[in-house]
Amino acid sequence: MSTVVALSVVGPLLAAALTLALRARHRLRDAVVLTTLVGVTAAAVAILIEVERSGTIVVRVGGWDPELGIVLVADMFAALVLVVAMATILVVEIFAIGQRRSAAGADPDVVVPVLLVLTSGVALAIVTGDLFTLFVAFEMILVASYVLLTHQGRQGQIRSGMTYVVINLLASTFFLLGVAFVYAATGTVNMALLAERIPELDTGTRIGIGTWFLVVFGSKAAMFPLFSWLPDSYPTAPTTITAVFAGLLTKIGVYSLIRFQTLTDMVDLGPVVLAGAGATMLVGVAGALAQDDMKRILSFHIVSQIGYMLLGLGLFSVAGVAGAILFLVHQIPVKTVLFLVGGLVESTHGTSSLDRIGGLAMRWPLLAALFAVPALSLAGLPPFSGFVAKLALIDAAIASKSTAIVIVALAGSLLTLLSMTKIWLGVFWGEPAGAPAVPSVRGSLGTMVLATTLAVAGTLAVAVFSGPLWDMSERAAVELLDRQPYIEAVIR
Amino acid sequence: MNATLVVTVAGLVSVGTYLVTARSLSRIILGFSMLGHGAVLALLSAGGPAGETPLADRSSPEEMSNPLPQALSLTAIVISFGLTLFLLALARRQNALSGDDLVEDDLEDRRVALLANEESPEPVSEDAA
Repeated sequence: MSTVVALSVVGPLLAAALTLALRARHRLRDAVVLTTLVGVTAAAVAILIEVERSGTIVVRVGGWDPELGIVLVADMFAALVLVVAMATILVVEIFAIGQRRSAAGADPDVVVPVLLVLTSGVALAIVTGDLFTLFVAFEMILVASYVLLTHQGRQGQIRSGMTYVVINLLASTFFLLGVAFVYAATGTVNMALLAERIPELDTGTRIGIGTWFLVVFGSKAAMFPLFSWLPDSYPTAPTTITAVFAGLLTKIGVYSLIRFQTLTDMVDLGPVVLAGAGATMLVGVAGALAQDDMKRILSFHIVSQIGYMLLGLGLFSVAGVAGAILFLVHQIPVKTVLFLVGGLVESTHGTSSLDRIGGLAMRWPLLAALFAVPALSLAGLPPFSGFVAKLALIDAAIASKSTAIVIVALAGSLLTLLSMTKIWLGVFWGEPAGAPAVPSVRGSLGTMVLATTLAVAGTLAVAVFSGPLWDMSERAAVELLDRQPYIEAVIR
Repeated sequence: MNATLVVTVAGLVSVGTYLVTARSLSRIILGFSMLGHGAVLALLSAGGPAGETPLADRSSPEEMSNPLPQALSLTAIVISFGLTLFLLALARRQNALSGDDLVEDDLEDRRVALLANEESPEPVSEDAA
């Protein structure tokens, strides 16, 4: 099974090289990409089943001792997020293949290999067992994202791409400095050893390291007040790329934050994370209400929803962390599918501005349904997945007697519903606004709709299987907060 | 940790931070190189005092310097080299498109801010840069 864990990282990288060689043979290249992504998703499912059955899988790369070498660790948390992340990339790639046949898509010669590098980086960030490899994984993801964001070289993309690249580079440099601090304080970058050594440091050093990494991962995750780069840059990229970014990039930041803060037992920082969570929810959703473009509204919602995951982490209780994990699992497909619907609207109507479209519900009821399900789920209405995840989080907050954050979270949900209504009114309801300039979509539309439907089915599956998913999230949370299972699995 | 290194790291990081806050991308790139060097030096000095070359046949383990931070630094240097090149390409593209390499504000944000100020008698200056 350990080979499978390693393959989920190495496989996409090899495929990236292969697709570079296959530039001229489009069908073969698409086949390679789909096979790889299906394979990686299957591998992730296999890992999850194995972890569920017989516990954490540890790979010592090259057979080195954990103190010196790189370890890959697939525990419950990692396996759960890996499955969702890989399946999401697969769905987006199907969408992209559909879109590629139309003229509007991004340049596949660039996008295909780079997306595979991104996939590999995401897998590595999830399963890595040491802090420096996590840095490298982040760099893989970020370099891929820089290229994906700016490769078309349009003015708007370069302009917002500059802000995006500069902010993320700054965060990466901070990450590297943080690694230096951690190494100076503990003499290791292995996370299991850090989990043993960091709690033994004196309070000042410990809190210093915790706060430093809160800033590093917080800016990757778009936590308040470090989010300003996100709503500017995401909407400028082609849809498929924004969908991957929206579903995965910030979530990997949250994943790493949860991993680091629980593993190093930063309970003292809980109140700081909670305050950040509340501010993130409110500021994000307030930003969304002020916008009048579908993709920009959704971008601000990415920020707002990050707040809910941080809320679960900030509580530092099993129920809270389990809620955060479930929310993460629900959020990745929901966010992605909302952007895919935005992409469908944009590629058939040439714009995603609310003022220039309308009445789509009558003309294209299927699309309206594909939007309504994840939108209601995002707002947290029953019976959708967002309801289950938010209920778990609010339940946990009440149990921890954090009344203020409960009120903020509920207000945030209400405002989310309000701004989803705004999109609904602007895009789907009312009179069709004029004759839209429809770019030709030819036969590709079917593939795109199919991919979007698959993703919607995925979000519904999260709701239907919320029972078993909750059990797995809870088990992951217990393991994370106990810390001993992780340490023992890696060191012994 | 030796004092010269600490002062050097502090100097690099402060100059880097100052440059990164500039508007022009070429200054930001210089700032990043400084910050990157500062971070790499910090990583190296985190590995303890310098010693002999860490090669098995040249020196004994007791007198070797710690090889792990050196390996990490090497990786970090390669990454920051690649990213510097990418930033330079970005600056060049911005230059080709707009004639300068300034990092601009979020246009949409400025538009929304203008909407909010519509009733105010003084129009907000649209271009700060």
